[in-house]
Order: sequence, then structure tokens, then C-alpha cells
Amino acid sequence: MSFVKLTVSALALGAVSATAAAARDQVQIAGSSTVLPYASIVAEAFGENFEFPTPVVESGGSSAGLKRFCEGVGENTIDIANASRKIKDKEIKACAEAGVTDIIEVRIGYDGIVFASDINGNGFEFTPVQWYKAISKQVVVDGKLVDNPYTMWNEVDATLPAQPIQAYVPGTKHGTREVFEDKVILAGCEETGDFDVYKAANGDDKKAAEKACIALRTDGKAVDIDGDYTETLARIESNKDGIGVFGLAFYENNTDKLQVATMSGVVPSTESIATGEYPVSRPLFFYVKKAHIGVIPGLKEFAEFFVADEIAGPDGPLSEYGLVADPELAQTQEAVANEVVMGSSM
Amino acid sequence: MTDTSQQGGGPAAPARKHGETLMKLTARTKRRNAAERRFQAYGIAAIGVGLLMLVILVVNIFGNGMGAFTQTFITLDVHLDQSKLDKKGNRDLEDIKKVSTFGYAPLINRAFETKAADLDLKSGLKPKAMADLLSKSAAAQLRDYVLADPARIGQTVSFRFLANSRVDGYMKGRVSRESIANDKNISAAQLDLVDELIAEGTVRRTFNPAFIFGADASDQRPEAAGIGVSMLGSLFMMVVVLALALPIGVAASIYLEEFAAKNWLTDIIEVNISNLAAVPSIVFGILGLAVFINYMHLPMSAPLVGGLVLTLMTLPTIIISTRASLKSVPPSIRDAALGVGASKMQAVFHHVLPLAAPGILTGTIIGLAQALGETAPLLLIGMVGFIASNAPDGVAAGLMSPNSAMPAQIYEWAKRADPAFYERAWGGIIILLVFLITMNTLAVILRRRFERRW
Repeated sequence: MSFVKLTVSALALGAVSATAAAARDQVQIAGSSTVLPYASIVAEAFGENFEFPTPVVESGGSSAGLKRFCEGVGENTIDIANASRKIKDKEIKACAEAGVTDIIEVRIGYDGIVFASDINGNGFEFTPVQWYKAISKQVVVDGKLVDNPYTMWNEVDATLPAQPIQAYVPGTKHGTREVFEDKVILAGCEETGDFDVYKAANGDDKKAAEKACIALRTDGKAVDIDGDYTETLARIESNKDGIGVFGLAFYENNTDKLQVATMSGVVPSTESIATGEYPVSRPLFFYVKKAHIGVIPGLKEFAEFFVADEIAGPDGPLSEYGLVADPELAQTQEAVANEVVMGSSM
Repeated sequence: MTDTSQQGGGPAAPARKHGETLMKLTARTKRRNAAERRFQAYGIAAIGVGLLMLVILVVNIFGNGMGAFTQTFITLDVHLDQSKLDKKGNRDLEDIKKVSTFGYAPLINRAFETKAADLDLKSGLKPKAMADLLSKSAAAQLRDYVLADPARIGQTVSFRFLANSRVDGYMKGRVSRESIANDKNISAAQLDLVDELIAEGTVRRTFNPAFIFGADASDQRPEAAGIGVSMLGSLFMMVVVLALALPIGVAASIYLEEFAAKNWLTDIIEVNISNLAAVPSIVFGILGLAVFINYMHLPMSAPLVGGLVLTLMTLPTIIISTRASLKSVPPSIRDAALGVGASKMQAVFHHVLPLAAPGILTGTIIGLAQALGETAPLLLIGMVGFIASNAPDGVAAGLMSPNSAMPAQIYEWAKRADPAFYERAWGGIIILLVFLITMNTLAVILRRRFERRW
């Protein structure tokens, strides 16, 4: 009959733990897989230097993280959402509906998006126009919109090597995808003047034209990667003709397998991104729930530590890993110290 | 003649022509024999393919993963400078704590400088570049040492630091001078220095217990990452699974098998238990997120929640195997017990259950092994991610404070950018496999020793 006792004790254990759940003592973070390495570097250093326990950092993508962030206020919701893009109005609204009103936005720095191919293959020098022409669903030929006819890079532009088009782009749940669409495909679309053709075809509707511009071909020449950059790398290793979209930090850790392409003649590096020369970069953020400051121990200290000079500055460990330091870091530090929430003027 | 041919070839065998003997095979017998030989060949080929796959898998796992068990260390004498660590000089722990790990970096730079001067190395590298050979965890190691024993400040102490993952990769043959051509994390000059230090005996590659017992580390220091803390997470989850799934599963099976009436209701329950056993595990993860975290407000990332979710997943396995072993106890045992006046409950607990116990145990162990290797449900309850908490200090903390699990840790490592984590993922697989094989062997041994056949 001992198992009856066991069951009873197990149930009692469950009851005890349910009451113990009222006290969470470590910061809980989720969101962008691009920010994850930076957040975990900071979390580790935070755990080493402070009396607070090491924060827990989960990934899952910017949208997924912000969705969890906006679930409400309370100990069973996350304190910080990492995002590789700015929070959307729609998400702010969803947050407000769930009672998350005071959000502190913290910009930690900039991240470059690079195009890389197999180390032993052809080298590439890209422009946004070439990318748009190569992987857009429809392109303009002789003034008319037709399904993308290109199969080789040298058909797109004679200066490119004769190599079949095979692109691995981040899936739609990644924040990287949005930047890629915005700064490469849409930029290329507008530069060629195809944008006006799209606009005319869509009855002068600008939004619809933008949407049509960034629609990618679905004939297998542009493949969405929903996983992490490691998956993109594996695809390139198995198909040497592939060209993948990576974060700068990932490329810098895998320089023995990948060679990076220039964009508009600029080699991506932390320097060229900091000066703004390299065109494809985006700011990285994290969002803090102000209601949790003072409730979850160490939350404010962690946010301040994240943007401190010795961490996020140009000589800090984040910069060493591939983050491009924010020239306006001092302002961010001040905003975090004063707990300035979004929507209020500084 | 006719009789023998019927015995040999069955009633449908054609009548032999005059002059033929049994020694000479007919075309049809030949065909049948050939078919049998072919079938045997297919069988052997199938086993061969299976074995080949197993060999490839094992060779791959060990080839990729064994490297994770050894690590490169650099021995260095560090002067714990009082002017840097304790400016006031009163050895007040609060004051010493104010010096962050960044404040310890200059000590390491200095130590390298001294080393280079002692050995008369002409590397021409700046102290900072030399210190970059060490893991980023070195400063933290130094700080922990000083905080544990502040009296050492002012002395020179010999430390064994982890080397950077690139240096480690160089020792393991993963990194070469060609492969680092574009790598900004290490330069050829630094590798020259490593060569000199190897010759001198400062750089050594030895067994690394921290991989088996340590905690996870961030993306910047793969060399410091270990699987120990997530192993504890797995252990606590298994304790929860065992404490809940075994009693609940056994009670449910005994009732269904021995007491419940056979009607449409028990039929439905039975069908559903079998169905539950086939439900994909991620479904249990979603259920766990909705019920345990969002409704019951249990903490995220806690092994308790992981254990509860895995309990749900393991229950059907345990119930099915328990019922099968209860069924295999012959009815004569029950009849005899009832015949001498035992109540039904006495018959079950005194006679049937002890005889079924080996089968129940085997089923439970196999269920646990399955739960141990499960990742999918843990994704949804926050047990996958960077969870570098230190080892929990007690049962309550073990159940409630955030932790990962072995398979989740392996998944996490496989995703990270630095190639050194890839090696650790394979190393983690070796440890996980050792656990699984041990558990399954235990199940086989228990069955062999205690199982009775009637």
C-alpha cells in the first residue's frame, strides 16, 4: 500500500510548490534568436558580478517573444522581450489590452545582415537590385510584369558569376526577414523603377505595391529557413551553389566555412556598419516591463548592466562578439536609469 | 513412391514421371527453395543495413563527441595585486566585491607579460592579445578565488585557466592557420605563441571534468560549457515522473484489470489510453503550458513543470505495460488465493502484484528512459534556452528554480554559432546515450532475473 502514501506525498509536494511559486527571484527573458547570444553573454556576466541569480534567456523569434511579453503582468509572464526590430503599434495595443502599459524600450546596438556563400565557391559583389531581380516572384521585362525568368546569377547581371540562383533567406517569423525585405528587396525594387509598374498594376495602391515587391519566388530558388543560422549553414554545406543570409556575428564565428559578399561595394564589418556605409543593418532592442521593476529582483540592475559601457560599449564583450555599438549609448543609459517608458517624452 | 513424394512436396505436388527420384529436384521445388534462400538473403541484408547504420552512428557520435571530454588548459602565475583588488587594503569583502570581472582582466594581462618576459618570448604580441588566448571565464575564475579567500590578495598564485575555444580547436586539429585567415578572434601570431607555450609545457590538453559536472556558458565561451546542471534538471524531472507516474499508473491498471466491470465505459477508457500513448509529445507540452503555467501559475523553466508534463506522457506507457504484466499472471493464482478465503484486494496485493512486479518495473524504466530523451514538450515550458544557473542547492530549489534538461541542452548547443559548441552537442549525446543504455540494460537484467514463466 506504499504507493498510496507515495501518491499522497507527491500531491502534497505539488501543493507546496504551488504556493512557493509566488516568489520568482530570477529575471526571465525571451525573444529574438539574434539577440539571444548577446543577452546570454550579459546574463552570464551579470550572474558572475552580482548577487542576483543568472537570468534565464530563451529564444524563439522577436514576434514570439513580444507575444509572450504582452500576455500580461505577473510572475508567470516574462520580464524582458528581446527583439531584432522595433515593437509594432499592433503589439503595443495588444500589450495595453493585457494590462502591460509601461514599456521601457532599450536599444542595445546595431547588427549587420550579411550575404555569404561557401568559402571555396565564387566570390560575389552584390547590389540590392540584383537580389531583387534574382529572387522576387515577379519582375518587369519589357515594361510588363512576368514571373521571374532568371535561373543563373549572370542572367541577372553580367558582372556576377555563372552560378545557379539558390538563396536561403530567413523565414517570416524572424525579425531579420523584415530588414532583408525592407533594405534589400524593396530598395532594389524601387531602384530599378519596377515599383511604379507594380503600383500601376495595383491601382496606385502603395501598400499593395510594396507587398507585391517583396513577394519572393516560390519555385525553389529562394528557400525560407525557419530555423537558426546553423540550418542555413548546413544548407550551404550541402549545396555549394547556395547563398545564405546571416547575422554578422554568425559569419564572424564561421569564417573558415563562409565567404562574405559585398553589398553596394562595401564589405560588412562592425566598422562599416557603425559608420552607416554598409546598407543592410538594423537596431537591436529589448523591452522591459516597468511594472516588474521592484518586484522581480535584479531586473533594473540587469537592464542597466546590459547597456553599461563595459558591456555594450565599443570595447565591451558584445562588440567583440559582433554587435555594432550604439553611438548614442549614453542617452540609452540615462533613459534606463530614469525608467523612461515608451510614449513619454524624455 | 507416391507416399514419399506426398510427404516431401505436399498433397499438391505433381506426380513424378517414371525414372525420376527424390534426389533430383523438380523445377517447382527449386523455385521454392530459391525463394526461401532469397528471403533469408533479404533478412540478412536488412540486419546488415541496420548494423551498418548503427556502426556509422556510433562512430560518428564518438568521433565528433570525444573531443568534448578533453580541454586545453593554460597554467599561469597571477599576482593578485592589492592596488587593483582592494584599494583600501582592509580586506573588507564588500569592498572587494565591488571589483567586477572587468577589473580582473589587467591582472591576467600582467601575468602573460611576466610569463613572456620570463621565457624570453619574441612574439611581439601585446599583453591583451596574449591574454585573449584564455577563455573569457578566466576573470570570473580569478574573482571567485579571491572572494572565497581574500587573504590571498597580494600573493602570487598559480592558476589553471581554460584556453579560448580557438586555441582548443587548434590543439584538437579543428582550427588551422589556413582556416583562420578571415577569423578576427585569433591570429597566426597568437597561434605561434601557442606553439611556443606548448613546447614549454604551459599549454596542455587534459581531461575536463567541468564538461560533465559544470553549467552551460554563453556563446562567447563555449570552452566553459558543461552539461552537469542540466543533468541535475533531468534527474529532478525523473524523480517527479517516478513519484507520480508509477503510483498513478499502477493504481489505474490494477483497478482496470482486476476490479472494473467490463462495459462500454471501461472500453472507452482502454481505447483512449492506447490513443494517448500515440499522441505526439509536443501536444503534452502545449497542455503543460496551458494548465501548469498559465492556469496553475507554476514557474516557467522549472523541472517540476517539466516532470509533470513528462508524467502525462509516460503514464500511458506505464499503464499499458503494467496491465500486460498483470494479465500474464495466471488466473489460477487468483483462484487459489480467493479459494482459501482471501479478499479480492488481498489476492491482488499479496499474490498478483508481486508476481507482476518485474514486468511493471521494466515498463517503468523504459517509460523513464523515453521521458529522459524527450525535448519537444520542454520547448514550450521554457526549459530550452540559456539557463546557466548554478547547481541547485537542495530539493526545493532543484524542483523550482529554472533549469534545462540534457536533450534540451544538446539541442541548444547544436543551434549556436561557434563550431566548438557543435563538438559539445555530440559530447552531450554520448552522456545521454550512456544513461539510456544503462537504464535499458537495467530493465533487461531485472526482467531476466525476476521474471517467472508459467
